[in-house]
Amino acid sequence: MRTDSENYYNQIVNKLKNWARINSPWAIHFNSGSCNGCDIEILATLTPRYDVERLGIKLQGSPRHADVLIATGPVTLQALDRLIRVYEQMPDPKYVIAVGSCALSGGVFDGCYSVIGDLNKVIPVDVYIPGCPPRPEAIIFGVVQLLDSLKKGKKPAKFVVPNDIPDFKLEEKSNGNN
Amino acid sequence: MTEAKKEKFIVPIGPQHPALKEPGNFEFTVDGEIVTDATVRLGFVHRGIEKACETRNYTQDMYLLERVCGICSHVHATAFVLGVEKLAGVQAPPRAEAIRVLAAELERIHSHLLWFGVAAHEAGFDTLFMYTWRDREVVMDILETLSGSRVHYSVNILGGVKIDIDQKLSDLIKKDMDFLEERTEHYMKVVTTDETFLGRTRGIGTLSRDRAKLLGAVGPTARASGVKRDVRVNAPYSGYKEFPVKMVIDQTGDLEARFVVRLKELYESYRLIREILEKIQPGEISTRIKRKIPEGEVISRVEAPRGELFYFIKSNGTEMPDRVKVRTPSLCNWGTITDVAVGHKLADMPMLLAGIDPCFSCNDRMVEIRSDSQPSQMMNWDGLRKYGIEYYK
Repeated sequence: MRTDSENYYNQIVNKLKNWARINSPWAIHFNSGSCNGCDIEILATLTPRYDVERLGIKLQGSPRHADVLIATGPVTLQALDRLIRVYEQMPDPKYVIAVGSCALSGGVFDGCYSVIGDLNKVIPVDVYIPGCPPRPEAIIFGVVQLLDSLKKGKKPAKFVVPNDIPDFKLEEKSNGNN
Repeated sequence: MTEAKKEKFIVPIGPQHPALKEPGNFEFTVDGEIVTDATVRLGFVHRGIEKACETRNYTQDMYLLERVCGICSHVHATAFVLGVEKLAGVQAPPRAEAIRVLAAELERIHSHLLWFGVAAHEAGFDTLFMYTWRDREVVMDILETLSGSRVHYSVNILGGVKIDIDQKLSDLIKKDMDFLEERTEHYMKVVTTDETFLGRTRGIGTLSRDRAKLLGAVGPTARASGVKRDVRVNAPYSGYKEFPVKMVIDQTGDLEARFVVRLKELYESYRLIREILEKIQPGEISTRIKRKIPEGEVISRVEAPRGELFYFIKSNGTEMPDRVKVRTPSLCNWGTITDVAVGHKLADMPMLLAGIDPCFSCNDRMVEIRSDSQPSQMMNWDGLRKYGIEYYK
């Protein structure tokens, strides 16, 4: 869905699409090795006190329906191919929000043998929300920051399959039946 | 279909589970609608915490171990700290022990309310989910005022605690306990009288007392089946010696019993918190402890919201432990799932899984229906949940 500046019709459609996307982004939540702290806070944003749905944000079950990936936790070796598969299943344009210290830097788990490290090593991240775990307000603020940058015309980052992770080949793994 | 060929479908659940929190993978073999076999695959969020403990000193380990689980972080730290204190031969002051129990009980309230909401959500009762999570914010506020964080409280330090309570905070907590008690009474009424809800819980997933004992069930899951297993009562630790709790037992063993046991435990927690606030003695909140812990081995058991949490710590006389072994209560309860699931409908699975309050820091969910003759079919947790709700409509 690259912009075709020559075509006036395409411009209008793209404007409309962008407007709709900013008004109601659907998010999928993925835990790639988090302790649950961030996940619970994300869930808490959906509940009456914080109620993120008033901003049009909906937590969505399937990656194929999602615009935003809200990822928590450091990336573990077990969750790595799942994370990439979920990311690749999302339709373009897609954005990633990293929630919590672990997703930002590996956090307290930095150096563990089963942990690859922060999320940015695997998929491109657009918004970082620090905290262990961040408060629900911070998570909402982070989502709003992303929406603001979309309004200003932010383009999604390019995904490059990570090749500096040892023993990991995406082609091989995606041949399985899931 | 059952006549023509005994076809078996395997329904895996996990690991990418969109609906809720963490990942874990189960496979259910089904014959039509009835589950005939179940297995669990864990380890998607395996991070290597036990090994990492060996490269950090005791103080750092405490913060690391708090992050084993974001729901019951305080009990993990407590179990570790109690073990290390035993090794060092240090006794935390009584006021510190009382504050540890206070935080543990507040955490139990938050955890049980969280579970209650999640279980209601799995049953398709989203209104109840929203209500419980709204009320849960009251406990979260207390915990935040108490410790400064909503999730990882870090109340413990080696040799005591680092937070103290004053009269103002104590009054606030008492007021909030009254509010929560009133709400819990309402939930109790919903759980025991609501027709639609009972349809999903009464007589489902019944775990007999003998099976529960045999499979090593712990916590509310065991207590709902009539097994008297509660570390707080059987082997009182920390402040529970001074402030004893009553064990909540139910004999039925079905899902309804698990709801009732957990809600009754909430009453017990409210009572205990009030008692602590009344009777807590003024005094020191921490003692000094040496950085180097004497050589030795220790076992430390505490009662987490989900059941018995077990820590083994081996010290080699340096600043870092030689070995730390953690056994979480969720792990003990998985055996009951694979046992109880057999003979139940696939539509009951979400509620059965939610029934043991799985701490998914070790499990995933997505469903895949697989067989030799048919192309494999995938179902995610959300799909399975909806399937269950539709089935019971």
